[in-house]
Amino acid sequence: MKDRLIVSASPHLHKGESTTRIMWIVFLALVPAGAAGVVIFGVRALWVILWSIFFALASEAAIQAATKRKVTILDGSAAITGLLLAYNLPPGAPLWMVAAGSFFSIAIGKQVFGGLGQNIFNPALVGRVFLMASWPKYMTTFSKPLSYDAVTSATPLALLKESGVPGNISYQDLFWGLRGGCIGEACIVALLLGAAFPLFKKYISWHIPFTYIATTGVFTYIFGAKTFFGGDWMFHVLTGGLVLGAFFMATDYVTSPLTRRGQIVFGIGCGILTAVIRLWGGYPEGVSYAILMMNAATPIIDRFTRNRVYGS
Amino acid sequence: MKKFFHEFLKGIFRENPTFVLALGLCPTLAVSTSLTNGLGMGVAATFVLLGSNVIISGMRNIIPGRIRIPCYIVVIATFVTLVEMTMKAYSPALDRALGIYVPLIVVNCIVLGRAEAYACKSSVTNSFFDGLGMGVGFTLALLLISGIREVSGAGTILGREIIKGFDPVRVISMPSGALLVIGLLLAFFNLIKRKK
Repeated sequence: MKDRLIVSASPHLHKGESTTRIMWIVFLALVPAGAAGVVIFGVRALWVILWSIFFALASEAAIQAATKRKVTILDGSAAITGLLLAYNLPPGAPLWMVAAGSFFSIAIGKQVFGGLGQNIFNPALVGRVFLMASWPKYMTTFSKPLSYDAVTSATPLALLKESGVPGNISYQDLFWGLRGGCIGEACIVALLLGAAFPLFKKYISWHIPFTYIATTGVFTYIFGAKTFFGGDWMFHVLTGGLVLGAFFMATDYVTSPLTRRGQIVFGIGCGILTAVIRLWGGYPEGVSYAILMMNAATPIIDRFTRNRVYGS
Repeated sequence: MKKFFHEFLKGIFRENPTFVLALGLCPTLAVSTSLTNGLGMGVAATFVLLGSNVIISGMRNIIPGRIRIPCYIVVIATFVTLVEMTMKAYSPALDRALGIYVPLIVVNCIVLGRAEAYACKSSVTNSFFDGLGMGVGFTLALLLISGIREVSGAGTILGREIIKGFDPVRVISMPSGALLVIGLLLAFFNLIKRKK
């Protein structure tokens, strides 16, 4: 770890920040999106969220106790993993599946590598991809917004993939989150509201979210239609998990590059991969796979974008 | 007799090809989706190992050192051809399930590794027990991995459903599941070894 730290010349000033504090602030920043999800999709979504957080914390505690390490469930990282996993699940996800995903996120996504700070991949996305590969039936059944019962509806991106047209849905509906989708990804307003504070405090820098969303927009604008430069980029920016992923999952400190230049490369890579999967891939949505692939590329990005020692 | 038993046992525990030497992982990853496939691959590889170990050990004084690898390959390929033809004749379903991985036993690193590291410097009887032990060790490892993968990934044992309404963890029967299961088992065995 030591050689990854960049120590600038003295004098140094302690900022009073800590991992725990930042984690809980990001957690709070995520709350509006979840609240919006519960309003849009009903109380069932709340159970999925609570269940996911509970199992993430329980798995973390159990594994740390079993391997005789310090139990650190109060540092907020496991809680965020649980919360983000729930945000990536459909509101009607069976609770046993939520528990399995939560356990997998913590156990395989994080603890096998040695815990917080050691994992290569974003744990919540590892859990989501695990569930996606294991039980696609439950992972692709979405409830209809504001109906509060068992009515299902496809996500706009799934409709686009199947029929070539996204159905008649306005940008406004997409912006407010009135569409089928995962719990935390639907309401763009709430996500942006939540992201404002950590962005302002620079807990998350603008580099990854901005380049990520912009690249996806530009790429879908160029290649999204039959002719060049005619794609519905606004639609692609507002649907799927793009905003959630760009602000809260691609910016994970552990699995994204350290330098500004590296983060820009990371964001552009995520954007291109997301657009490629959406336009030509087998899945309707590619945010989670794009971020995971760029997570894998993070060490090599870090190597080539290392800061130059001053004067050399 | 005790010495032969020692040669036999080392392939199963102390030098288990899959979990200790980490050899032959390609067929292990590829065919361990069901118990039947695992057993078929294990038995086929054991037969080839036994045959090649005995023949190579018997000819160890007449094979010129510089071209020993091609000679080993010819011997191994002969036994693999026997296995392949027998399998095609008597168990075409298994042959289809294992596919390319039966002919690929020719370049299986366990078989070649034992020829190069053991059979070419040991007596015929020792090589026989070494081959048997390694083969059985490989088969047991395959059975363990494929058993776990079949039960959790497909929800069946030997093709029969165990629990009605159980939604199997499908990812375990995919290639990524093979890597996961083998990785976790390796970690488990390393943990046991460290405790000793």
